[in-house]
This record gives sequence, structure tokens and C-alpha cells, in this order.
Amino acid sequence: MSLKHDIEFTLNGVKRRVAVDVTMNTLAMLRDVIGLTGTKYGCGEGECGACTIQVDGASLNSCLMFAVDCDGRNVTTIEGLANDGRADALLDAFVEHGAVQCGFCTPGMVMQADHVLHKHPRPDEACVKRGIEGNLCRCTGYKKIVDAIVAADGA
Amino acid sequence: MNVAEKKPRIIQPDSLIGKRIQKMDAPEKASGRTRYIHDINLSGQLHGKILRSGRIHALIKSIDTSAAKALPGVHVVITAADIPDQRPIGVAKDHFPLKVGRVRSERDEIAAVAAESEEIAEAALKLIKVEYEDLPVIGNPEDAIKPGAPLIHPEPHGADGTHLHLKQGTSIAHKGKPDNIAMRFDYAHGDVVQGEAASDVVVEDTFKLHYVTHCCMGVSGMIAEFDASGNVLMYSNTQVPFLHKREFAEYLNIDPARIRIIQPPIGGGFGSKLDIYPFEVICLYLARAARRPVKMLFTREEEFLASPTRQPVLLTLRSGCKKDGTLTFRQVHTLHDNGAYTSWGATTPFVMMQTFSSLYRVPHCDYHTAAVYTNNPYAGSFRGYGNLQATFAIEQHMDMLAEKIGMDPLEFRIKNAQDAGEVTGQGMSFKSCGFKDCITTAATRSDFSRKFKENAANRNKPGNIRRGIGMASMLHVGGGAKIYPSDGCGTILKMDDFANVTLITGASEIGQGSETVLSQLVCEELGLPISAVTVVNNDTAITPWDVGVHASRTTFIAGNSAIGAAKKAKAKILAVAAKKYEAAESDLDLRGGFVIQAATGEAIVELSKLLRNLHFQDKAELVMTTFYYEPPSVHQDKGFKGDVSAAYAWGTQVVEVEVDTDTGFVKLVKVTGAHDVGRVLNRLGIEGQIEGGVVMGQGYAFTEDLMIENGVMKNPNFRDYKLVTAPEIPEMDIAFIESMDGEGPQGAKGVGEAPAICMAAAAANAIANATGTRMFELPFTPEKVYRALHGQTPKLYWKPWKAE
Repeated sequence: MSLKHDIEFTLNGVKRRVAVDVTMNTLAMLRDVIGLTGTKYGCGEGECGACTIQVDGASLNSCLMFAVDCDGRNVTTIEGLANDGRADALLDAFVEHGAVQCGFCTPGMVMQADHVLHKHPRPDEACVKRGIEGNLCRCTGYKKIVDAIVAADGA
Repeated sequence: MNVAEKKPRIIQPDSLIGKRIQKMDAPEKASGRTRYIHDINLSGQLHGKILRSGRIHALIKSIDTSAAKALPGVHVVITAADIPDQRPIGVAKDHFPLKVGRVRSERDEIAAVAAESEEIAEAALKLIKVEYEDLPVIGNPEDAIKPGAPLIHPEPHGADGTHLHLKQGTSIAHKGKPDNIAMRFDYAHGDVVQGEAASDVVVEDTFKLHYVTHCCMGVSGMIAEFDASGNVLMYSNTQVPFLHKREFAEYLNIDPARIRIIQPPIGGGFGSKLDIYPFEVICLYLARAARRPVKMLFTREEEFLASPTRQPVLLTLRSGCKKDGTLTFRQVHTLHDNGAYTSWGATTPFVMMQTFSSLYRVPHCDYHTAAVYTNNPYAGSFRGYGNLQATFAIEQHMDMLAEKIGMDPLEFRIKNAQDAGEVTGQGMSFKSCGFKDCITTAATRSDFSRKFKENAANRNKPGNIRRGIGMASMLHVGGGAKIYPSDGCGTILKMDDFANVTLITGASEIGQGSETVLSQLVCEELGLPISAVTVVNNDTAITPWDVGVHASRTTFIAGNSAIGAAKKAKAKILAVAAKKYEAAESDLDLRGGFVIQAATGEAIVELSKLLRNLHFQDKAELVMTTFYYEPPSVHQDKGFKGDVSAAYAWGTQVVEVEVDTDTGFVKLVKVTGAHDVGRVLNRLGIEGQIEGGVVMGQGYAFTEDLMIENGVMKNPNFRDYKLVTAPEIPEMDIAFIESMDGEGPQGAKGVGEAPAICMAAAAANAIANATGTRMFELPFTPEKVYRALHGQTPKLYWKPWKAE
């Protein structure tokens, strides 16, 4: 039905080679082709942040990035963050501060929080709120998420 | 290893109640390991998609699925004609999953496809040709009750007369409806004429409440599979697995025993999964026809279009009081936009009338609702269940009446507030009631009275920023709600030989933290750490019966059930220990993983060792118990009277705003809440519930608006449907009033819905305090507020619909 393209990129520290449909977005590639389901579909149009990943140090909505554009890049998903111990303090802070309810927005929120903390070490509340404004959460009212991110950096 | 019994060892008392307990499922969720329904795939699975009408109200003249069926990769295409035994779904049985002869709203299901991939299924939908004949559209409920209005479900067969093969039945879907009135509710206590005659002051206003929707972050979905023997396995996000199991069996015309529902973790609930929706039944039809597992997931746009909403309400309230501040009567007429079909939204008057009749002491109350059919989206249940709408009207009138008689609004409320021990006109009996504590605590912590006077005095000073403070209070069921003849929940508890507990509960976890709270309650009885508990709560083949997650009932009902099972386990353990160590059972207790001397705390034996001894002997026994808890509430009578809940939750929220009179923008500055929750069980969890509810209430009050014009949804996406984002949240100061309910688990009452209820009402009062302008219509967008401030909002007036 459509064209496939071979790409090679680094996913969570490991080199990958994948054949992807040229119309496929990175979210679909991660979930359906590679089988990593920690990155979530919330809206498919870059409005909710549930599919946030990091690409070459930038955070972005994987639903808005063509999979073929991952070629040659360094991609980190929640699975990569959660496995290398780098973000343990952040994950622990989310758990300790009650920042998780239904949890569906959480992986994207954690990816964005990790990015915010790298860009702005020791952020204040306002900086964190601004930093996660593209990530929607329907359960928590954000307060405990903000508390967790602020505390994670102080940890 | 187990030398503890040799040495005298004192185990200090410890309790998990009221502590900040981490949610048991949080580590998995935070690290992306949790498998939601979207993340589950079965081998051999097909993907289902639904063709929706796109027309608002039309007759279906023909459907041609031949091209779709011919597309490679398509396994099954179905329409109503393929399911001659379709049964109607929904609260009023007025709704066929696949539409027959007529579509009544934009989201109506015409056909469905199961294919090898989502892409193929979507391509197949585009090949289905449907011919329609458009009909007049009813876009608002006032038009629906005008004489000569087009009927949404005309007789016979809901005007689906071309499909006479349908079996005759008594449902609306089969026989139609001679008018557009879906449901009516009439309630009264006392005599409002007498009440009005005794009033010194009377106010009457019309309030207009809008469409909002749940916006669960995880979109709706389901996986259905029939095994070789015809047994059905469903992966479903339902909040009501046991009652729905029976209904699904009816729709498939099979024995309910053949249906097994597994509930994967859910990406948000808030009431949205309380009914059965067409996609679930259609997914079952597809799986049955394809003889393969079928997975169906919504897109976000579909989630907006085809999910239930909060019920839009037009409400006229007439209230009165005496000069001394005594409330005299309330008369209420509401018109509910039911949408095209009837779901739980139509029944929100159950809750609304409770607030009108019983939040404050009102000697005379008269309440009428008509929920009417339109071609709009149909409304379901949503956190708060009508109470946001009712409270919006009542609490504005409380301020207005107080102003008219020149009384402080705080004093006026306290004068009329309920106390423990009162039985209301509706028969609700308040055994624990911290209402007055809620009012005074929220007022004191926010410095309400001083600010209220100061803001009012500052109204006419120069500058464009006006500060305002407003309060509102709420009453909601907090000990379940006996809307069915039973409101119970079962528990099975078993212990292994390491003193670990498996808690098998009928209560569903929908993100609210029930697993953690239930585990705490069990640990409290058995003297174990929370890590000793595994909760099983998601499989109807394993878990005991329960009536579902709704009405803020889980902590109370499932909590008491879990405690009951744990107490039985404890009794058995202590009996064994008493025999073995020649002590009286009453002298023993469980603490810190040990059997102890109750008086001294001295450890006698490690619990795990005692259990191993129990298992490894000639007459081995297991510690395995069951308990079923039925709350001491009553099913209301036909006049809606009766003590429907075992306990009632109370709360007051004070809202502070800054109104920019140049732009109409209202900034929510601070929310001070005081909630009577009975007792705090998990402080971390309950804070999260309150904060989340406050912000959901903020969205209802200020930003969220599902725009429907003549049945067409204008903003089915997060770009145009504005959820509150992190920078917009207010400062929150939440206090808990612990009234220690006698029936509640460890004294606790339900709180799930409570925090969203007061926000819009309190915000309206705050805007009035800031500007002197009353807002009668939600949401408070800059445009609406600007128009109201500049006298460009015509006074809302709705002539109450009269009961025949």
C-alpha cells in the first residue's frame, strides 16, 4: 500500500535498524513496530504530551515526528530513562509525591520533566509549570506533579 | 531465623491510617511499564473501526458495503441488517448499537469493519456508501418540547418502520416515543406555597449549564474474543464489570456465565465507563462474526464525538427566606438536554434533588426535571453527577438571599446548615456531619469575612483589576448509594505461609488509589506492612461481586468489605495462636508481623511462622476468608425518599479571583477547601483526589466548553477544547474535617466526586464579590465575563416546563 524506508538510529542507547512506512509517525513506530508501549497515544496531534520522547536532547511529541526522521538520531523513550538509572530520583519523586493517579499521562510527563530539569537545573515552581504546560493531566490537578519535579532536582 | 519468640521483644503500636502512603501501582505507571488496554495485543487479533453518520438527523435510505467487503485484509463488515437480533442498550433501552433506519446524532454508528490493520479498516470505512434523507434537527431542548416539534424516537419502531423484521418489544427503541421527553423526575416535601407565603424575601433566576466531557487521557477501547466453545473474553475499561457482564450476555443472547471481563489499568474514568456504549457491543459483534479477537480503540476525535458528556441543564430556581435568615422554600424546574439517547445523565436529578432538598435545612421543596431528546450528544455520568449544576444555582442564591436581607453570607449559611442527627425532608439521615466545621474552617483559613467586605468596598476604586472571594458548599453521598436493591461488595482474602495477603476484591481500580487504601485497611487489622498485600481486582472469573465504581463508594463499601474479611482472618489466626500458646484470644493481637500480647506488645510468634505451622501439619488449615458488605442504606421509594447512603460527605470551598474588567479575564488565584471526609486514610491519595477535583471544577467553571451547534460538535480536539494546564492552577489550601463516621471504614467517608462540585458556584460568587455582576451561565470565559460586566448579557429567562 505504501512505501517503506530503512532507517538506523540509536534507541535508548542501542543501535536499531527498522523498516518503516514513510507516512508513519514515530509514536506508531515505537508502539507498533518496535513494541515499546510506554510512550502513549493521547491525541495524535501534539496537544496532550502523552507521547513525549527525547530526540538528540530535545523533547518532542512523537506523534508529530515522522518515523523516517529518526534516521541517524539519538532517541530516548520512557523505557530508556527508566532503565539506565539516570532518572531514578525523578521517578522516585513522582511516586513519593503522589504525582501518579491513572498514570496514563505520566510517562510523557516524566520525559518532559527530565528535559526541563536538564535545561533548567534547580527550577522553581513557575519554571516547572511553564515547562510542563504542553502535557495534559486529567487526574491530579498538576500540583503533585510540580512538587515532584521541584523536589527531584533538590534530591 | 525465627528466634523472635525466644527473646522478649516489644512491638510498638503503629498505624498506616492517615499516613502518606505511596500508591502501589505508581512505580509501574511512572516508568511506562503498566499495560493499559491500548498496550495489549492478542495473537490473531483484528482491528475494528466504526463508520459514524456525520448526519445529525436523517433516515438511512440504503447502505452498500460491497466495496468495503472486497478490500484485501477486510474480514468482516457489519450493519444493523447483519444483526437481526440486536437488542437496545442504555438506561432507557432506546438505543441500538448499530442504527436501524434512522440516525439521530452526528456520532451514530452505521457500520463497522474488522480488518488486518487499523489502516485497512479505515480505508474500508471510506468505501461504504450510505444514502440518507435529512430530517429537521432539534438543536436545543427548548425546541424539543414545543408543540409540533419533530420526534426523535417516533412511533412505531422509533420510526424505523422499514425494518419490520425487528421483534416487537416494550423498549423505546422498538415501539418509539410519542413525545421527546426521555425522563421526568418530580420530588416534593412540605408545601412551597406555604413556604413562599412565610417568606420575607424571594429570588428567582435561570441558570444555564453547558456541555463538558471527561477527557480521559487514555481513549476508550476494548478487545473481544470468542473461544472455540463460544465463551467470551473481554478486555474492557468498564467501571461496572459484574452488572455489565449480565447485560453483554443479553446483547449476545448467551448465558452470562460465558462472559469473562478482564479490566486492564484504566487511563481515567470519572464516570465515563458507567454505561455500556455502542462500540463495546459492536466490538463483540465483530469478534463473533470474524471468529478472531477484535481490538477497537478510539481516536481522540472519536473520543470527543462518541463519549458521554456532563448533562447540560437549564435550571430555574425560586428561593425564599425570612428576615432573620431562615430559609423558607425552594422551587426548582430543570430542563436536561438528554441528547439523542438515554444514558445515566438523564438520572442526575437523583443527586440534584438531594442538594436542593437537604444541603441546607429547607422546610418546603419542590423539584421537577424533564430530560428531553434532541439531536445533540447524549449525556452520561460524570464525577459529581448533577451536583455541580445544582450547587451552581443554590450557592449563588445563598449569597443573593443573604445580600437581600443584609446578612453576612457566612452567618446565613451557618444558620441554615445541617447538623449531625438531622433527618431531612427527603429522608436522608446525617449520622456524621462536619458541615459547619467545613464552612468555618474554610472561611477562617481564607480570611473570608474580611476579604469579602474589603473587596465589595473596593469595587468602584480606579484600576481594572478587581479582587473577589466567594464560597460554596456541597453535600454528596459518602457511603455508597443504593441505586440498585443492593449496594454491596465482596472480598476474598487469603494468606500464604510468609504472612503475605492476597486481597481479592470486587472493587475496580480506576486510578483513584483504591488498591492502596484497601491494602491499608487490611494491614491495619492484621498488623502487616503494606508490602505484604497483593490486590487482585480486575477479573470477573476471580473477583467477587460488586456493583461497580460510582457514587464515591469504593473506599466506604469495598473498604468495609475488606475489613470484614481481614477481621475474620484475624479471628482465625488468634484462635490458632491462643490454642498453641495457651492464652486467651482476647489477650492476643497482631502487630508488626507478629502475634503479640495485647497488653504489653510482647512478641509471641512471628505470624509467618505460625501460618507455616498451620499449613505443615496433619490437620492443615488455610487462612482464607470471605466477606460481603451491604451498607445499611435504603433503596429510595417512588417519591425519591429514603436514606440512600450509609454516610454523607460535606465540603466547603472558598475561591479567590482577580477579574480584569478591561478584558473579562478571570484569574483563579486561590482555593481554600475544607472537606468532611470522615477520616483521612491515605493523606497522599486524598490530597491528590481533592487537588484533581478542584482543577476539574476549575475547567468546568472557566475553560472547558464542548461547543455543539445544531447537533454539530465544533471542537472535538484538545486545541479547541481547553483543559486546564499546569501554569493555570490556583494555589490550593486543603483542610480535612474528620467527623469519624460510625459506619465508615476506620471512620472514613467517600470523597471521589466531592472536590469538583463547589468550584463553579464559588467562582461565580467570587466574581460577584469582585464586580457586583452575577454570572448565570458557564463557563466564565473572558468574552462571557466581559459582556456581563458591560451589561451586554440579556437576563436568562426560562419559563419552567409544567408537569402535565
